[in-house]
Amino acid sequence: MNKQLLGARGEEEIRRYLEGKGAAVLDRNWRIKEGEIDLVALTPDGEIIFVEVKSRTSRKYGDPLEAITPIKAERLQRLALAWLAVHGHWGSPFRIDCAGVLYLSDGRTEIDYREGVL
Amino acid sequence: MALAKVHTVALVGLVGHLIDVEVDISDGLPGYSLLGLPDAALSESRERLRSALLNSGFLWPNKKVTISLSPAWLPKSGSHYDLPIAIAILAAMGVITAEIPESLVILGELGLDGAVKFVRGVLPTMISALSFGSDTAIVPFENLHEARAVPGIEVAPSRSLADAISFLSTGERVEDHSQTDNPKHNYELDLLDVVGQIPARQALEIAAIGGHHLLLIGPPGTGKTMLAERIPTILPELTPTQSLEVSAIHSVAGSLTERGVLTKQPPFVAPHHTTTITAMVGGGSHAVRPGVVSLAHAGVLFIDEAPECASGVLDSLRQPLESGKITISRSVSTVTYPANFLLVLAANPCPCGRFNGRGRACSCSAMQIRNYLKKLSGPLLDRIDIRTFVEAPTRVEMASPVRGESSHEVRNRVNISRAIAAERFKAERWSINSQIPSSELRGRFKASREGMAFLHNELDSERLSARGFHKVLRVAWSLADRDGRSIPSRDDVEAAFAMREGTLL
Repeated sequence: MNKQLLGARGEEEIRRYLEGKGAAVLDRNWRIKEGEIDLVALTPDGEIIFVEVKSRTSRKYGDPLEAITPIKAERLQRLALAWLAVHGHWGSPFRIDCAGVLYLSDGRTEIDYREGVL
Repeated sequence: MALAKVHTVALVGLVGHLIDVEVDISDGLPGYSLLGLPDAALSESRERLRSALLNSGFLWPNKKVTISLSPAWLPKSGSHYDLPIAIAILAAMGVITAEIPESLVILGELGLDGAVKFVRGVLPTMISALSFGSDTAIVPFENLHEARAVPGIEVAPSRSLADAISFLSTGERVEDHSQTDNPKHNYELDLLDVVGQIPARQALEIAAIGGHHLLLIGPPGTGKTMLAERIPTILPELTPTQSLEVSAIHSVAGSLTERGVLTKQPPFVAPHHTTTITAMVGGGSHAVRPGVVSLAHAGVLFIDEAPECASGVLDSLRQPLESGKITISRSVSTVTYPANFLLVLAANPCPCGRFNGRGRACSCSAMQIRNYLKKLSGPLLDRIDIRTFVEAPTRVEMASPVRGESSHEVRNRVNISRAIAAERFKAERWSINSQIPSSELRGRFKASREGMAFLHNELDSERLSARGFHKVLRVAWSLADRDGRSIPSRDDVEAAFAMREGTLL
């Protein structure tokens, strides 16, 4: 599986996971010069969530979520604010979630979803 | 449980502080933050800990790990925090379910394979732990002997992280099959080996009796080093308190294994003349390590070729010579180590080394000879009570079947003389002659009338300074103690005067 495909598959996995929780997806792969937001969704409580998804096929290089370094975390925060400004939601309640998707060689898929970690 | 706490100890000099190691594992992105002023070696602990845990068969928490070392204001340095942090992480993860007692201290560095490695300073750490009310300690196996030197603390040695965990869970301890290492003695050195050298032998004995600092002057190859390294063999054995103190200093310096735990023989330290001031007095940017002067505490500090020392190095000895301790200040801490040593300086009589008063083989100019010993500063020489000239043994001495006294015989006399002095000074703050305060030398501890008359005469004719006056009296007391006189006679004072002035040169 190549990297783009793996990333897309992981994001799809999380989209289904969020919809299963009753959230409505507002945007996918929103990209500006600064970077990209994987998923933007609206929870039933009216909170906007920005989700960074990390997909891996093994833990050999560490936990998927360990790839989110402090620099990347700060960029995610800036991107989230930019999305809110562009879409006229400035001032709405929001949070940033991180999700790790692990496709293990035995066919199992592990989802590690962490709310509001940034 | 996502929160766990264990105890360890941070050493500042020889003084320990009880440290709480708290670990909190919370939801959030995987991360590791270590709080409480860690130094570089300690900040690297994450990588060591992670590998050690994984290779010991545990998981690394892929959560937010926050570690706090408190009190937070105290700068922490060294690697002995690895094991306590690992234990606290495993307890916070719920891997270790046994309750960790408050009275337990843990120390040890972890290898990537989970092995627990030797750390410095275990002996003073145990002494401090005892004072905090701790009764049990997990220490690296290699530190077992020094940890056991402190009574009152149960020691659980660990070779690996697994050993430490099994001790916590079941109380099971690693079996110790190794022999207790007997304190090492330098029995191979003895004054018997020294041929002739009657004046120098006498100087050594008097120096040992009164704790007088000594300067040996003589051409190369005449036996200055040979004499100096035998001084510990004639000094009284260390008292248990001194021995513990010396072992604690060597433990912090990392030289205890070499020296042996609780050795009774006074240390002998001989730094090279190119030694720096920092090496001499101690230092370092994070942990302030003891210098040579502290390693020589309760023993002998021997500096060969003393005039060749860089300027400042010898003068750095003035504070310890005056106060018996050394205080080193760094931005992070101020540390005081004991540094009460017998100073023995050796010097060639001139730059080429061959001047012997007759000047036959010497290639130095009269000016060079005059200036050479002037490199030893006045304030330092003022603290030297005895100067003695060491000459090559004569043909007759070399061929003579009569051997000099053994260290054992001389040490017996030193012990008796010191006991006499201690009895005389039993109500005082000092116990050896070199420490009699000047005012007391003019008051209660004067020499005999004839002796004092001789000194006053020398003072009047300006052959003796005020400081020299007191030094001569102190040496005179040591001479009197050796010969069992209750007060220094005129002969004692004259002999002491000769020893101070080094009349042979």
